[in-house]
Amino acid sequence: MDFLFVIPLLPLASSLLMVLLAGKLTPKLVALFGVGSMTIAAGLTLWVGIDFFTQGAVAFNQILFNWLPLTSAPLNFALYLDQLSMVMLGVVVGVGWLIHWYAAAYMYTDKDMQRFFVYMNLFVFAMLMLILGDSLVLLYLGWEGVGLCSFLLIGFWQHQPENAMAAKKAFIVTRVGDTALMLGLLILFLHFDSLTIQNILSYSNTELPDEIWWACLLLVGGAVGKSAQLPLQTWLPDAMAGPTPVSALIHAATMVTAGVYLIARMHPLFLQFEQILTIVAWIGALTLVLAGFAALGQSDIKRVLAYSTMSQIGYMFLALGATAFDNAIFHLMTHAFFKALLFLTAGSIILKMHHEQNIFKMGGLFKSLPLTSSFLLIGLLALVAMPGTSGFFSKEAILAATWQAQTAGPVLWGMGVLGAFLTSLYSFRLLFIVCFGEPHHPTDDKDYSFSSQFVVPLLPLVLLALIGGFIHLNFSLVFGPTDHPHLPLWLEWLPVVIAAAGAALAWIWYFPRPRSSESSGGLNTFFETGLGFDWFYDRVFVRLIQGFASINKNDVVDKFYLLLAWLNFRINGYVVLTQNGRLRWYLLATVAGGTLMLGGLLLWR
Amino acid sequence: MALSFLIWLPLIVGGLAWIMERQVKGSGNWVNLFGLFAVLIVVFYCWSNGMSELSWNWFTRFNIHFALLLDGLALILIVLTLLLAMLAVLVSWQDIQQNAGFFHFNLMFSVAGIVGVFLADDLFLFFLFWEVMLLPMTALILVWGHENRRYAAIKFFIFTQVSSLLMLVAIIALAILHQQQTGELSFRLAELQQLTLSPSTAYWLMLGFFIAFAVKLPSVPLHTWLPDAHTQAPTAGSVLLAGVLLKTGAYGLIRIVLPLFPAATIEFAPVAVTLGAISILYGALMAFSQTDFKRLVAYSSISHMGFVLLALFSWHELAIQGAILTLVAHGISSAALFSMAGMIQHRIHSRELGNMGGMWSSAPKMATVTLVFVMAGIGMPGMANFNGELYSLLGSYQVFPVQTSFAALGIIGSAIYGLHLFQNAFQGPANAEVADLNQRELTFTVLLVVGLVYFGLQPHILLDLTNANLMELLSVAAKVKGVSP
Repeated sequence: MDFLFVIPLLPLASSLLMVLLAGKLTPKLVALFGVGSMTIAAGLTLWVGIDFFTQGAVAFNQILFNWLPLTSAPLNFALYLDQLSMVMLGVVVGVGWLIHWYAAAYMYTDKDMQRFFVYMNLFVFAMLMLILGDSLVLLYLGWEGVGLCSFLLIGFWQHQPENAMAAKKAFIVTRVGDTALMLGLLILFLHFDSLTIQNILSYSNTELPDEIWWACLLLVGGAVGKSAQLPLQTWLPDAMAGPTPVSALIHAATMVTAGVYLIARMHPLFLQFEQILTIVAWIGALTLVLAGFAALGQSDIKRVLAYSTMSQIGYMFLALGATAFDNAIFHLMTHAFFKALLFLTAGSIILKMHHEQNIFKMGGLFKSLPLTSSFLLIGLLALVAMPGTSGFFSKEAILAATWQAQTAGPVLWGMGVLGAFLTSLYSFRLLFIVCFGEPHHPTDDKDYSFSSQFVVPLLPLVLLALIGGFIHLNFSLVFGPTDHPHLPLWLEWLPVVIAAAGAALAWIWYFPRPRSSESSGGLNTFFETGLGFDWFYDRVFVRLIQGFASINKNDVVDKFYLLLAWLNFRINGYVVLTQNGRLRWYLLATVAGGTLMLGGLLLWR
Repeated sequence: MALSFLIWLPLIVGGLAWIMERQVKGSGNWVNLFGLFAVLIVVFYCWSNGMSELSWNWFTRFNIHFALLLDGLALILIVLTLLLAMLAVLVSWQDIQQNAGFFHFNLMFSVAGIVGVFLADDLFLFFLFWEVMLLPMTALILVWGHENRRYAAIKFFIFTQVSSLLMLVAIIALAILHQQQTGELSFRLAELQQLTLSPSTAYWLMLGFFIAFAVKLPSVPLHTWLPDAHTQAPTAGSVLLAGVLLKTGAYGLIRIVLPLFPAATIEFAPVAVTLGAISILYGALMAFSQTDFKRLVAYSSISHMGFVLLALFSWHELAIQGAILTLVAHGISSAALFSMAGMIQHRIHSRELGNMGGMWSSAPKMATVTLVFVMAGIGMPGMANFNGELYSLLGSYQVFPVQTSFAALGIIGSAIYGLHLFQNAFQGPANAEVADLNQRELTFTVLLVVGLVYFGLQPHILLDLTNANLMELLSVAAKVKGVSP
């Protein structure tokens, strides 16, 4: 376990090395650095994991150096490994490694491949700081770091203005959440005089003052921004402008789940304020339904998956709100498996379609890309929680916990089930339109086979998406003993039935038939634009600021000083008149002045 | 004795550079560079035995001394000044064609003035240096500035003059009050600190100093000289202006206003802190409104200095530490961004963001280092500016939660203007083809990056050096609070 710090160090070192050697490496060497560092990190993670569990899974703290000498509680740059961060570590490094591997093939021909891997490796480093940081400041470092890498990777093809726009949007919207998080830190520091997570949590059994309620709410604000939940969800669909492996790594498997991690990590505080947990549950439930509807209106394969991600993270928030923290992390893990798989297969499809992302221009892919299409099918089955797949176990657990939780309850459970219906509907819509029916793309392309680099990294993900639900996660030392609720059988199976109904409806509505065409009603447009949030924010915030900027470019405060200057010049103009060199004026002035003085004197007396 | 060399040496070097430049073209740069290096060695020599001071009688009739004091805070800022002066020399290596000798002299002249301000331990001397550093800076803008230089130089001069007049009045009033109480005039800071002032007198005198320093800092609404001065100044001028000249305002607050008038500043704090928060937000908003690279960075400086004002008047240990960290961090990051502006202007002869765009494809190194500087500026953790902001916010929040909460919104604001700057210049369709950084430019930009990261991860050295200053301030505050809780 003493090698824990090497795991984040490897991608960081590789990233820096590639910056220093900019332009000097061949694509092969770049892949060696980028993927190689991740491979070693994955091996080390396995080693550390075995070590960790054989030693009874007790929390392990590794202090690297003294960072911020806060007088009351000096803050170390230190890593903290417990059951929660161990699972996160496994997901980030494991899934991250597979995605890096795939990305090496995906980006091989890109002229900026080196820059790509610099960002990717840097991202992994930042993400590891986020999950391993033992203080909220180190977590914040990772939090901002992943935001930066996300910005750079969304705008990776930066010559296109719309990519740069999407990158900017992602960064700024999440920064709103980051600011909330920072304010939360300020309140926590005020009360606990420390920013070390375990120090703060050690107070959580005592009576907490009401301000902590606000701190928790602000932490939720941070989580909502990073995890693309209501009301800060608008950046995620646009973030799909980045290369597809980026979407798989950052915007599906790891970074967007940071908010879930944050709340799970700080859960003892939240347990003191059930109101906040109810808010979290409602945020999750509303987001999962809203995103489900929005996914129905998308025609871009990646945007469907983006809304699906948003919706699945909604389930995780629902679980957090229902105090089922372990289930939230469980779903986080299974979701990382199947969503990474879905994005990578989507990437393969997009590559073969010559960067066409519109699902209505695909069609019939089962014939031309049988292997990739079956991977897609497996991913989708896990997504809709077909019994036996990984998604089934985690989603069932969440719904069961929601039904029973004091902070959630049957209403929220109902929304979760509605979400399951929508998930099934949009998933099968995607499958039917993409894989069945007549191909809407040139089929004469001979090169429909993939090199093994595109397939092999997917195999572990396929396996995990199928059987990942059988992985038994034990969080007893972090979340305490959990009772697994047993619901009546019909309640347990109702979501499955509902999901099946969704699949049937999708078959009726969307299965390609000769006469079918793209529907484009008003409702569809409404769904496609993400239910109007973008429009609203644009009107209320963006235009306000831009309007102010365009009006006040020349700084209204300066006008005051310009007025002063102008007044001076005017007074100067009048005073100058007294020295115009005309004798008559001087004489007149002398006489007038003399008269005034004399008259004044006389009057005064 | 050696201490006074810190002031003479830059002047001598400047004169030498002027003469040399007339003989051999381009030699002035080298003279300045080595001269600054020599001064740096003298600084470390003076510091080798810890704090050092010097006091010569000057105008004995008025009890004015030529008194200098080098302590931790002064040391940090002087070293920063000298390093940034080197940067200024390096960044304008080929920029100055006309009157190059005189330019070199002016640069060193202002360095001497700035170092003097940081060293002065006698208020009269402080005022003298305060004026001295103004003159060469005005000359730099007026002679080697850009298209609207006359306007900017005069504006800069008038703002600083008028405000320093208030300071002069306050200094003389203090000296006379000292005479009334002890029978002897005095300009020594330590002696003036012993004065017993009535609350209203202290308040008015404090305001006199405060306005002078708030103009220099600058704080909204006294900031409007800065965008013009920064924009029109030659790159070396901007580097010095943003890097260290603004810091003299904050230094004055730490060194004079807070210790001399603790009670008055605590009373005035809500106003000052609110001004700080307004500066942060207004500066950020104005930065976003700009389309001129340098003007944008100038407004971002206003935003950053707002954190310093907020932090200093919170009278909280962490906050004051945060202010000191911000001084150094902003000194490096803003000077770095102004140098980037200078390099871009040297290449495309424009500062308009509209004329840039997509420069990443032709100049990836330049884009990368600019990205680092922008990210440092907007408070990316792991770099120096973040520590300053974090400390300021953590400390200020304990005293002024409302204002600090608004100030924290500056985190969003900085992201907006930072990305606005970076994306318009380097992303999007390629508008401008530029040459990438050459070896000289790469060297000093990389050093700046290293500096930002180093102080981001190891702020100890700055905090340890200034610990004595901090303790002194806190004991002053404790006394006041003890008397009137």
